[in-house]
Amino acid sequence: MFDTLTDRFDAIFTRLRGRGRLGDAEVAEVLREIRVALLEADVNLAVVRALIEAIRVRCTGAELAKHLTPAQQVIKVVNEELTATLGGEALKISYASKPPTVVLLAGLQGSGKTTASAKLARWFRQQGRHPYLIGADLQRPAAVEQLRVLGAEIGVGVYSEPTDPVSVARGGLAEAQRLGRDVVIVDTAGRLAIDRELMDEVRRVSDAVRPNYTFFVVDAMTGQDAVQTAEAFHQALQLDGIILTKVDGDARGGAALSVKQVVGRPIAFLSTGERVADFETFHPDRLASRILGMGDVLSLIEKAEREYDEEVTGQALERLQAGTFTLDDFLDQLRQLKKMGPLTGLLSLMPGVPKEMRDAKVDDRDVGKIEAIICSMTPLERTDPTVLDGSRRLRIAHGSGTSTTEVNNLLRQFKEMQKMMRGIGPMAKLMGGGRPGNPSKSSKGTRKKVKGGRITPSSRGLGPTR
Amino acid sequence: MTLVIVLVVAVVLAVSGGLVVGTRSRRRGAALPEDGAPHPGAPQPTVPVTTAAETETSPTLEVEAGRPVLRDRLGRARGLLAGYFDQVRGRKAIDEATFEELEEALILADVGVTTTTRVLGDIRDKLRSGVLSATDPPALLQALQDDLISMFEGDVESLAYADGDGPTVWLFVGVNGVGKTTTIGKLALREMQSGRGVVLAAGDTFRAAAGEQLESWAERAGARIVRGSDGADPSSVIFDAVQHAASRGAGLVLADTAGRLHTKVNLMDELRKVRRVAERPPGQLTEVLLVLDATTGQNGVVQARQFTEAVGVTGIVLTKLDGTAKGGVVLAIRSELGLPIKLVGVGEAPADLVPFDPVEFVSALFG
Repeated sequence: MFDTLTDRFDAIFTRLRGRGRLGDAEVAEVLREIRVALLEADVNLAVVRALIEAIRVRCTGAELAKHLTPAQQVIKVVNEELTATLGGEALKISYASKPPTVVLLAGLQGSGKTTASAKLARWFRQQGRHPYLIGADLQRPAAVEQLRVLGAEIGVGVYSEPTDPVSVARGGLAEAQRLGRDVVIVDTAGRLAIDRELMDEVRRVSDAVRPNYTFFVVDAMTGQDAVQTAEAFHQALQLDGIILTKVDGDARGGAALSVKQVVGRPIAFLSTGERVADFETFHPDRLASRILGMGDVLSLIEKAEREYDEEVTGQALERLQAGTFTLDDFLDQLRQLKKMGPLTGLLSLMPGVPKEMRDAKVDDRDVGKIEAIICSMTPLERTDPTVLDGSRRLRIAHGSGTSTTEVNNLLRQFKEMQKMMRGIGPMAKLMGGGRPGNPSKSSKGTRKKVKGGRITPSSRGLGPTR
Repeated sequence: MTLVIVLVVAVVLAVSGGLVVGTRSRRRGAALPEDGAPHPGAPQPTVPVTTAAETETSPTLEVEAGRPVLRDRLGRARGLLAGYFDQVRGRKAIDEATFEELEEALILADVGVTTTTRVLGDIRDKLRSGVLSATDPPALLQALQDDLISMFEGDVESLAYADGDGPTVWLFVGVNGVGKTTTIGKLALREMQSGRGVVLAAGDTFRAAAGEQLESWAERAGARIVRGSDGADPSSVIFDAVQHAASRGAGLVLADTAGRLHTKVNLMDELRKVRRVAERPPGQLTEVLLVLDATTGQNGVVQARQFTEAVGVTGIVLTKLDGTAKGGVVLAIRSELGLPIKLVGVGEAPADLVPFDPVEFVSALFG
């Protein structure tokens, strides 16, 4: 999502990089560029002004560090200011001492409340809780039905009745207590912030269930208006956090900055895709890094941790290092990778992926082809591809509905990859890869491993390498 | 393929172990069968369903007389912008500060930096060449308004019907949550009222209960609806709907599609196919409407560009305009892509979906 903003900063700083030092004129130009970039990213005007002022003061002020070039310094300042604006710490959910913990979701129409409710329920279940969903959106036709379908999909009960939102909420809460559920998520109807009647209604729903957490659900594509809307909802409901949705698009997501700034509550979750698994907790420092083109490998790893089978991946890593990684292992891993969503999204999370590669359309259909090719091989062929002669290859091509060229391609690339991995295997071990399958590795160690594994052609950090 | 292999290995390295095996969730938009109607070998996914209400039974409609005035609807949300323009109007002379105020006002309306700079550049030129006087701020505001209105000159705001025999097909596309299904529901009501036989194609087979949502609109409007099973190929649903309309002599097919982010390659491919199928005779595709949420910021331009590239958008439906003083992004879209705005949604009631009027829109923006 924040790619486009990243690109803009990239362009500005490429020009900046050639210069020895920053004069007042340069500072003004850079600020002007940053201002435009932020405005184009839909960051609210008032927020942009505050940010620019803070950056100006720090850039022209005395805070000059000797070991950084002016360009690096500006990047550092911008990064710090963005991080500060996006909010200090990530939100930590503390559960009510007397369950259930009640969570209320509110927002404009179409911001993604119902989907977010289900995703949040799934998230709570992954935290070992027993969530329960209340469908209090009686406005939109079939909204409750949608929640029921999603609830069934994730195995969470849904309560609703065709009365009015307040009684639904009250009834649902009582039912949750009866069932002994410890988390209750209330989905409400979308409403405009200026609609007094409906804002009043959601306040009454809130009064009825006394939520421990009230989340404002906001579309990452929202424009300048995000601020007014957030303000109105905050006034009515006293928000505790923000759920940013549709983050998987290419919106620059300035709304996140604005809303955060206005409401002063943390962005708690990001909704990053259409599948219920596409949901993650928000980390301001990571997002700021991502805006500056540093990738977000931590989120990637967390996502992988949730979706990957620990044991299988651990074994795969061992074999990869030992050079005995087979096509079968590869297939296992490919299937796990598939669970994580479209590959293009994954690429954008890897740090140091060059812009051209980030933009490269990874064709998800290739995955299907590769799967088909490997599945058309016999067990022997999968462990020892050297037995594959022309006639076997032709059979595989026929069996998988591909061509021999594609089969050959896959085999050649797989071989090259094996060769490459054999070379770096020991190194990966050195960098902390010696504990494959360790479930609670420190994220730092993992990040190093990525670098050690030379996945990243160049690490584009903030350091003096820049 | 290389990228895929690199990714697999990269992720294996990045993850030294997983904690939970995620439950398999629904997959969508996998490999597409090639272009064309649903292939006969596959299990027929769609089942034509007709609503209880037959077309003859004219339903009671709650469409009130008189169309809502945009300015009234926007009045509640528009204060901030109007304040800016009032300030400019009250000035004695036009100086740099005036331009800054105007720039801020336009940016706050989501018009975007590029379009704002261009529009204000024109005004500066007029000032320089003496067309505008530096001591007459109201005239400057008027000139700015006229400029914005003239951007929509020559647009055809009415929706096109096919002149041949086959049913007219309007296809609705857009990102998630912009109000495609609701727009179709309201249009169905309106078109039924004006005496056209309407068939709704529930092409959103992905989002849970999207079909139910459209069905309740069909019931309300007394329109027919063709639904597929969840996860069915949307093009086959639309194909069936067109066939159904042709055989029943219904004149108009409103085709819903699942919301999709314009960045998802496979889903945009799916949409291309939907369009190709919708075009097939007897159906005549006359409109591909991009539904756009008025609160959308500059990403709206990107959306419009991508959808236009993929399926040849013919016009924009701007929804939820009553909640925001803005919708300025349509100015950016108009100036960059030349797409006309066809309909505007200014409220929850069916009658609140009205034809776009540039004069009304721009003057409402200015207060």
